[in-house]
Amino acid sequence: MFPRPIEKSGTVAKTAYQAFLPVALFIWLLPLLAIFVTSIRGAKDINAGNIFGWPSEFALFENYSAVFTQSAAAQYMLNSVMITVPTVLISVSLACLAGYALAIYRFRVAVPLFFLFVAGHFIPFQILLLPVRDMSVQTGLYDTIAGQFLFHAAFQTGFCTLFMRNFIKALPFDLIESARIEGVAEWRIFWFVVLPLVRPAIAALAVLIFTFVWNDFFWANVLTQGESAKPITAGVRSLNGQFVNNWHLVSAASLMAAIPPVVMFFLMQKHFIAGLTLGAVK
Amino acid sequence: MSTTAVPDTHPPKPQGWLARNKLSVAPWIFLAPALVFFAIYVVWPIFESIWLSFYEWNGLYAADGSSTATWVGFGNYVKLWDDPNFWTSLKNNVLWLVLYMLAVPAGLFIALFLNQTVTGMRFYKSMFFFPFVISQVVVGLIFGWFYNPDFGVIGSVWKALFCEETTNILGNVTFRCSRSAPDILSSPEYATYGIIFAGLWPQVAYCMILYLTGLNNVAADQIEAARLDGAKGWKMLWYVVLPQLKPATFIAVVVTVIGALRSFDMIAIMTQGGPFGSTNVLAYYMYEVAISEYGERYGYGSAVATVLFLIMLVYISYFLWRMYQDERGRR
Repeated sequence: MFPRPIEKSGTVAKTAYQAFLPVALFIWLLPLLAIFVTSIRGAKDINAGNIFGWPSEFALFENYSAVFTQSAAAQYMLNSVMITVPTVLISVSLACLAGYALAIYRFRVAVPLFFLFVAGHFIPFQILLLPVRDMSVQTGLYDTIAGQFLFHAAFQTGFCTLFMRNFIKALPFDLIESARIEGVAEWRIFWFVVLPLVRPAIAALAVLIFTFVWNDFFWANVLTQGESAKPITAGVRSLNGQFVNNWHLVSAASLMAAIPPVVMFFLMQKHFIAGLTLGAVK
Repeated sequence: MSTTAVPDTHPPKPQGWLARNKLSVAPWIFLAPALVFFAIYVVWPIFESIWLSFYEWNGLYAADGSSTATWVGFGNYVKLWDDPNFWTSLKNNVLWLVLYMLAVPAGLFIALFLNQTVTGMRFYKSMFFFPFVISQVVVGLIFGWFYNPDFGVIGSVWKALFCEETTNILGNVTFRCSRSAPDILSSPEYATYGIIFAGLWPQVAYCMILYLTGLNNVAADQIEAARLDGAKGWKMLWYVVLPQLKPATFIAVVVTVIGALRSFDMIAIMTQGGPFGSTNVLAYYMYEVAISEYGERYGYGSAVATVLFLIMLVYISYFLWRMYQDERGRR
């Protein structure tokens, strides 16, 4: 293990290390803590410039309910859920199928097609912006929930396929071979042999895509106009305009936007990190 | 086994074309949905954007449904060449690329710091990773507030350091400052640095988690062997540990480059490209010329997007080439 375990450097070093950890964490998360404390302050503190001090009054409930009653935040949150969940379902399902095809079958264009999905995942959004927006306007999908999740699903299919293909490729090929010799139909091999084995990959992709799409801001801006289809990230921005200098409300709204992915992360931490660090180890 | 296999004397059942070719047909059936979807929303638009960059178009259609675009050839690119905003954006993109790379060593540093097994370590690791999970919009808002000279943290620190608090007879508090607090995001000189610094926060967390996973998989016997040979500290890190962390470093560099070139959210939230276009990057400038309130210039915007795409293509090609080497190595 590197660096050398701190226990081996004696009790003093270990105690010092353990004492320093919370300090380091405090500094690291200072921006977040500051905004949290701000979100539970009353307006009086904000105006008086009391930023570091102990809040003179606690307005946790008032602030967070003000965000909901004075703005369309509830609508935005709901929209985010309705965009994110179908995206995850569609892109992960498509990627299971495509990943299976690219990993199991040997055909000439398998590798080029795989690279197409990989490359598609890395391209800048801007090169897609105008055609996708124009297409959405033409088909009536502009400023709708469906218009957003269809695009996200298609785009995320690239990353999901990359992930799935590599995951399935790492499975023992004998399993599929012997099923074929038994005369099992191809789709049954997919459904009964491979799908149960890729469950961890499905879990990892689900949390990752959930987080990516929930946190998307660019497409929310490009593909929506009014409040009816806007997700919370774009919503927070317009709240920022609405609550100018009411930092306690802006902070409360921002933290609320951050809660779902954070909860998701803490619930599925293992899968999340496994998904994110794929390729970081050989 | 006591029974001997009897050769199958029945003539094979006549099979249809589909059954005979199932191994070459099946992959296409599995691939079709993803491929069609991906082609419509990702592959085709790339070509359409490049095509559009040779036109001048405001995005409108004539009454009969035909587009009102006019062909200008390389006209948009010629205009780009003379556009100071384009060069500012490009310069800022380079700045992002260079400074964003700090996330890689910083992530490694924190990972080394946290790679211990004292109690509660799991909690600390996930808390350090926290900033990455939050939306960049929220990070942008947090730092926007952080930098605010009147209400923000920087402002308060400044007051504490350089200002004298005086209370007049009526009880009103006024501050007299030897130097006025810096308004980072309103200064053309420092605003980009301010945004990049904010952007580094989640990116360092990302690199950290990559390295933590990498460190978990470093071969313990090699470390021990090197220790017996007297290697420690920097030498150990440089000659023994880092070579083993190569895959993690590679991924960290790739995601950091992509992140730097994709920087849009933070700029949109914190400065909207301002002041005076000084914090623009290609990703934001494209959006600005193409669909913001300043007028819809689809062709010009597409030209900016194409330039950004070509820059990214360099990295994508390199990444794919590396992947191709790995693929060949595996066979």
